[in-house]
Amino acid sequence: MTRFVLGRLGGALLVLLVLSLAVYALFYVAPGDPARLACGERCNPAQIAQVREQLGLNDSVVVQYLHFLQGLLAGRDYSGGAAVLHCDAPCLGFSYQNDRQVTELLLERLPATFSLALGALVIWLVVGVGTGLLSALRRGGATERVLTVLTLAATGTPVFILGLLLLMAVCAYLQWLPFPTYVPFGEDAEQWAWNLLLPWITLGVFESAKYARITRSSTLETLAEDHIRTFRAYGVGERALVTRHAVRGAVAPVIALSAVDFGTMIGGAVLTESLFGIPGLGKTLIDGVRVVDLPVVVGVVLAIGTAVVIAGAVADLLYAVADRRVTLS
Amino acid sequence: MSDLLVDVRDLVVDFPVGGPGAYVRAVDGVSFTMGPGHALGIVGESGSGKSTVAAALLGLHRGTGTRLGGTVRVAGTDVGGASAAELRRLRGATAAMVFQDPLSSLDPYYAVGDQIAEVYRVHAAVSRRAARARAVSVLDRVGIPDAVRRSRARPHEFSGGMRQRALIAMALVCEPRLLIADEPTTALDVTVQAQILDLLHGLRREEGLGLLLVTHDVGVAAESVDELLVMRDGHAVERGPVAEVLAGPADPYTRALLAAVPRLDAPRKPRPSRETATTAAGVAGVAGGDGAEVPVVEALGLRREFGRGKRRVTAVGGVSLAVRAGETLGVVGESGSGKSTLGRMLVGLLEPSSGRVRHAGDEARGIPAGVQMVFQDPVSSLNPRRSVGESIADPLRAAGERDEAAIRARALALLERVGLEPGHYDRYPHEFSGGQRQRVGIARALAPRPRLIVCDEPVSALDVTTQAQVTALLAELQQELGIALVFIAHDLAVVRQVSDRVAVMRSGEIVEEGPVDEVYDRPAHPYTRQLLDAVPVLDPELAAARRHRAVGPS
Amino acid sequence: MTVLLEPAAPAPGALAPGAGPAPRAWRRLRRRPAALLAGGALALLVLLALAAPLLAQLSGQDPNAYHDDLVDSARGGVPLGSFGGISGDHWLGVEPGTGRDLFTRLLYGARVSLLVALGATVLQVLLGVVAGLTAALGNRLLGRLIARVTDVMIALPLLVLAIALTAVVPPDFPRPLLLVLAIGILDWGGVARMVRAQTLSLRGLDFVEAARLSGNSTLRIARRELLPSLAAPVITLAALKVPTNMVIEASLSFLGVGVKPPTPSWGQMLSGAQTWFRADPAYVLLPAGLLFVTVLAFTVLGDGVRTALDPRAGSRLRVGTRKERTA
Repeated sequence: MTRFVLGRLGGALLVLLVLSLAVYALFYVAPGDPARLACGERCNPAQIAQVREQLGLNDSVVVQYLHFLQGLLAGRDYSGGAAVLHCDAPCLGFSYQNDRQVTELLLERLPATFSLALGALVIWLVVGVGTGLLSALRRGGATERVLTVLTLAATGTPVFILGLLLLMAVCAYLQWLPFPTYVPFGEDAEQWAWNLLLPWITLGVFESAKYARITRSSTLETLAEDHIRTFRAYGVGERALVTRHAVRGAVAPVIALSAVDFGTMIGGAVLTESLFGIPGLGKTLIDGVRVVDLPVVVGVVLAIGTAVVIAGAVADLLYAVADRRVTLS
Repeated sequence: MSDLLVDVRDLVVDFPVGGPGAYVRAVDGVSFTMGPGHALGIVGESGSGKSTVAAALLGLHRGTGTRLGGTVRVAGTDVGGASAAELRRLRGATAAMVFQDPLSSLDPYYAVGDQIAEVYRVHAAVSRRAARARAVSVLDRVGIPDAVRRSRARPHEFSGGMRQRALIAMALVCEPRLLIADEPTTALDVTVQAQILDLLHGLRREEGLGLLLVTHDVGVAAESVDELLVMRDGHAVERGPVAEVLAGPADPYTRALLAAVPRLDAPRKPRPSRETATTAAGVAGVAGGDGAEVPVVEALGLRREFGRGKRRVTAVGGVSLAVRAGETLGVVGESGSGKSTLGRMLVGLLEPSSGRVRHAGDEARGIPAGVQMVFQDPVSSLNPRRSVGESIADPLRAAGERDEAAIRARALALLERVGLEPGHYDRYPHEFSGGQRQRVGIARALAPRPRLIVCDEPVSALDVTTQAQVTALLAELQQELGIALVFIAHDLAVVRQVSDRVAVMRSGEIVEEGPVDEVYDRPAHPYTRQLLDAVPVLDPELAAARRHRAVGPS
Repeated sequence: MTVLLEPAAPAPGALAPGAGPAPRAWRRLRRRPAALLAGGALALLVLLALAAPLLAQLSGQDPNAYHDDLVDSARGGVPLGSFGGISGDHWLGVEPGTGRDLFTRLLYGARVSLLVALGATVLQVLLGVVAGLTAALGNRLLGRLIARVTDVMIALPLLVLAIALTAVVPPDFPRPLLLVLAIGILDWGGVARMVRAQTLSLRGLDFVEAARLSGNSTLRIARRELLPSLAAPVITLAALKVPTNMVIEASLSFLGVGVKPPTPSWGQMLSGAQTWFRADPAYVLLPAGLLFVTVLAFTVLGDGVRTALDPRAGSRLRVGTRKERTA
């Protein structure tokens, strides 16, 4: 077990290292003048030169990357011109356009993203798994057919279409809710929930389709297995067969996939955040791309990568624990 | 009437196939009865409908779209007309079923004891704790050592034989009056099979259980039941006391079936003298003088390990052997004995960890020319996306033959030689039965005119009548062509039929090797004796005597 | 497995002698009306997209021509007339604000959607098959390396990386090509993993072993024994990748980092839609509906292809029910 955990963690670290290298290479070594890009459109040549000095862009590429890594692991100082900026580990760089340290910026945006992901998780676990279970129980009937069609339709729908239609119906026409604006939990918990309701439903329902499919197919697959026949031949009732034995096969995949999806969402549900104007990591990324604020883009990509890689490792562990037929190796 | 345990009248079972209203008849008017405490064996080949009859006794076809006709009564309950609740009461409490594959028949996620307790609680209003205690006691009853601790283990932590015992324990937990066993020992090794059959026998005697045993193996039935019902294509062709049916079968099919069963005690059929074999080998261009003849294949101290570190297992641990032209070496052993690993090393599909393989005196690296293999599984041994003719032609093309007419002519000749029609050239594997596919596999192996063919369980997936035909074909071809043959199988009787010499393997080592009649008639090694003893015989009296020897009078 | 009974008589719809796998698959597909309907709808869409310049000429409209006279500038640019300004000239109305013809814009948008979705899929399949085969058949070190890289590629969030990529590529690089490359290069991991797993399990099958024994080289085995068997799962996965890729393209364009104006794209048309919820619902519903239907049709078709090609699908009906019969 320990070996399995260590091995998995080692693998995750390696992936992150590779990712940082790739992202770094792509953004700082590739085309254009990074100092100009980092500083922004309105900088004059003197400012650009200062930024170049601060970023250490006059050093060789390898030294730059090592500095970057050093910043990530131990923090670094940006010195140049008058000011000396200290950036604590994990230092993702400095956004000149926002005049902020990227790490600080991201930490500030994290609660919104987390709020969104948490609600979506609850919805897909309840709605998605519930739908899958119901259609497995009612297999062969009209209920199942309706649920299958709904699931299929939801599977293909891009999440922003779902969100747009919800906004259009609920806010524009029915006017049950005002157009949502994000309110932090700390400020007003009730408003926080009301304003996140539509984003939660959008993302949750979108993900639910996948979970309904997985729950249903794993349950049905297990139902076709020989051991179900055994219990049926011993007088165990149909409901108990599904809820006690067949559903067991869906537990491990649902848990593992939830970990991955939750991790990816912590990394930012770019579309949902952007559609509903939630100031989370995803929206930060897309805003960063629009104004070509490279340090922010690099920072978000690395942060998201970290979340995803950790989630993947956690998912593997959860899967192994949930499905004890898998030997840990 | 009502004192009958099982009363089946004119049972007809139709399975739906594909389109609406389309059915295939699996059981066509079967009737039989069985008294309490009796034992009936239903014997037949695949497709005979025997398992379907067993499933019908518990009403397991209900809700699957299957059409049933006739009446089935089990312990007075009309299975066809029973309500769902009545049916559930019948299942497990009155009549309990033991399935073939003990691993897949248990839920992998729950402890064995919990699964048995669950079944008990379906039928008896008892506390969880009491059910658990009951589960432990039945596990103990079926001979699982340290039942309290083992009841907390999940199925995959059990060995095959232990799992089958656990399944039988589940069947016993509600003290049913009838035990239906559907191929209960087919997935097991022969020595374990003997233990399970002894267990079933003991249970019958001590608990007064009725036993309905469904099996393809006449020998297994002969050991365990009082009466036989022989089925073919959904019909019952013969029924009678087991000794009578075996001694004087009335139906031609039963006679054919019994004749096809390989006998352990029958000496092998006379074969042409060594002389002719050598001549044939000479024609193939392999032979030397009689004494100085170079073996076609020779293994020297072959070892093979799998895995690394703590999980390293030795599949084959130091095996040496030699096979000459025109000779058949049989390799027998139970599952895990390393016989298949050995076979794959002989043809070069697997690199040995240490030791050497010599082909016609030369040490080969990689895959040597002139060796072929016949595989066990008739489904996976042919490429489903290629016509069988093309499969046979493949070795010729691979050898660089470019003349299309010559290739086709040779493939057609081979098809004919193995008993298929030339018209089959363009057909695909799914259109053939298992036995026919195995013939195609043999034709493919013959195509490049090999010196050595290794057959890995070539007939174990086949029905007994087909089995007899395929083994006969192999023996015939081998004599005709003077090839060296290595025949790997778990079935001792089959090996005796085809081999000149036999090697008995256990845990990766050859424990005994010698001329086939000598090994079978005067086994030197205790393990060989144990194996031979465990093989079911087609004689109830002999079986009783063996059982007497094995368990002692109790 | 229990000794299953084989049907005494050939099942109805049993195959004609000599029927190869491809005709069998086609026969199975023909029995699925939903898949056929989806296929028909998609064929129509492809046809319309191909004929877009012709149809534009026919309707007399240019997708990029502004018509200020057709929108009510006093009300912020709401199209004049009902249903978003539908008229004999503008069959589906005009775009609010600019007055550009919606019908031709949607048509040209279909071209972009289809092109990117299909192009990216082709690239994914090419990269995935090569990587998967190499990982399974190459030497140990190379195989493990590729398998690791594949895992990483699957783990990385595609959308995020694609968004980030668009930030560094020079603005004059052709956008549809960029999208094809980005999606194709970032998302081949799934195909590679599947090909690798399938190849590894196929390689252990007896008929592949038999081919090795007959002296076939690895390359020849890959070509003659493995690839034909891999075709079905690869086609299946590719068919299901098309709608996924289409959604990614639409998402990127929706976010404003995909296809750049004036080239029309469904996702991009929706990015400005929020403003027009009440004033011009047709402008929201048309591209959204078109995208929804197209993606759904691709999904249904892909699912149909899957069941038609899965060698067990046919027999699963039989084996499965047979299993249930004894169950």
